[in-house]
Amino acid sequence: MHNQPSVSELVRAVKNFVDKTAMPELSGRSGFHARVASNVLGTILRDLDARESNDTREHARLVALLDADPSLSLDELNAKLRQKIRSGELTIQSAELMDHLKKTAIDQLKVDQPNYSALTKALEE
Amino acid sequence: MEKLFFPLNVAKMSDSQEFRLSLQAVLRNVYGNELLVDAVDRLSGGASQETWLLRLSKGNAPETLILRRAPEGVEKSPDSAAIGLANEAKLIQAAEAAGVPVPKVVRVLEDDNGLGDGFFMNRVEGETIARRILRDEKFSKARQVLPEQCGKALAGIHSIDVQAGDPPLKLSSGLDQLTYYEDIYKSTGAYRPIFDLAMVWLRENAPDPVAPVLVHGDFRLGNIMVDESGLAAVLDWELCHIGDPREDIAWMCTNSWRFGHAEKRLGGFGDVEPLLDAYAKQGGQQFTPSDIDWWEMLGSMKWGVMCMTMYESFRSGADSGVERAAIGRRVSETEMDLINLLEDQPRA
Repeated sequence: MHNQPSVSELVRAVKNFVDKTAMPELSGRSGFHARVASNVLGTILRDLDARESNDTREHARLVALLDADPSLSLDELNAKLRQKIRSGELTIQSAELMDHLKKTAIDQLKVDQPNYSALTKALEE
Repeated sequence: MEKLFFPLNVAKMSDSQEFRLSLQAVLRNVYGNELLVDAVDRLSGGASQETWLLRLSKGNAPETLILRRAPEGVEKSPDSAAIGLANEAKLIQAAEAAGVPVPKVVRVLEDDNGLGDGFFMNRVEGETIARRILRDEKFSKARQVLPEQCGKALAGIHSIDVQAGDPPLKLSSGLDQLTYYEDIYKSTGAYRPIFDLAMVWLRENAPDPVAPVLVHGDFRLGNIMVDESGLAAVLDWELCHIGDPREDIAWMCTNSWRFGHAEKRLGGFGDVEPLLDAYAKQGGQQFTPSDIDWWEMLGSMKWGVMCMTMYESFRSGADSGVERAAIGRRVSETEMDLINLLEDQPRA
């Protein structure tokens, strides 16, 4: 498949339309939804950019934390992690667990809501 | 999941004459036969119920009134925590008697009005939008006095006697809520280990219960009307239940409701200590800031699961709106809050 324009470029073009053309024409609930739509397009762009490297890092951290088979998928590893948390084998006393969860939360939030107050605080630390 | 959706009421009669004239007929019983309802506009906000602004003239009527209603034929979710509008009206009236600033209830809809459930109330002037209350210079004095006023209002709400069963309200303790939201979380099939860790921790560290009171259930910026002198009215009583007083205090402190001003624990505008002092002075129990820590974590967990639920309504096809899809990407905000709060707990 050709890639000109790329998916990112197409999304950027739609976001430009929403921001510069549609939003100024809208008010009330439609205006609000246009703003939400524009934010969603921003999330899509960040997701396209970061997902692959975030998933790779999360996968590597989980394999180390759980001492698990690296051929397991991210979902399978997270299912194992949940099991260990639910059984009490991993608790907040585990620095490795807390480190992994915090890094995962930061990476996710950078994509989802990069302006959220708690992210700013976490990044300062 | 289906039964967990918040009902979304699409007004089919939004601009119709019929609706306006029906409202006029009901209100003529209050303000006399001269009364005219000149305009009816749907206000935004309020996901589970409709809120309308009415413009009135003639008769012995104020210029404006607010109608809160759930139209007939809208299927109410059986599991929904909402108490119903007639009960909400009762509680607002009881709160008024307890000295809590609230809108005045003018008239409750009856079955033969054919307008569904609801009530008319007077329109309280002021601002509900949190970002404006937190940012605008004209609310700077309000921000200073709000902690104390909120403490006083909560003490008033918590003093209302509803133990006799009128209106009938559900008893919902902190652990009840943990179980309720944990079940929803599990039913979504989502894997978000931070929620598992928070749920395990909350269950193992639940504080001893205190005597149950009437809990507002959604006491936070966005659901209070604020004017330049502070708290003008407590709104949105639909999630009232019998429960733990610390729930109400902590909900306003939950970081999701600090609207970006994380450094101010109370709603992004103040410290919690003046609220607790005013609360105790007004007859409430004496709590310390750390007494509400558990409830604050519960609050972040609850809001995270509520965001998952709202996204579920998109995923299932019940609501195709962009807002419902987008809110699923706000769950990570509460994950960050939960991990920060868990890190603050005593660790070996």
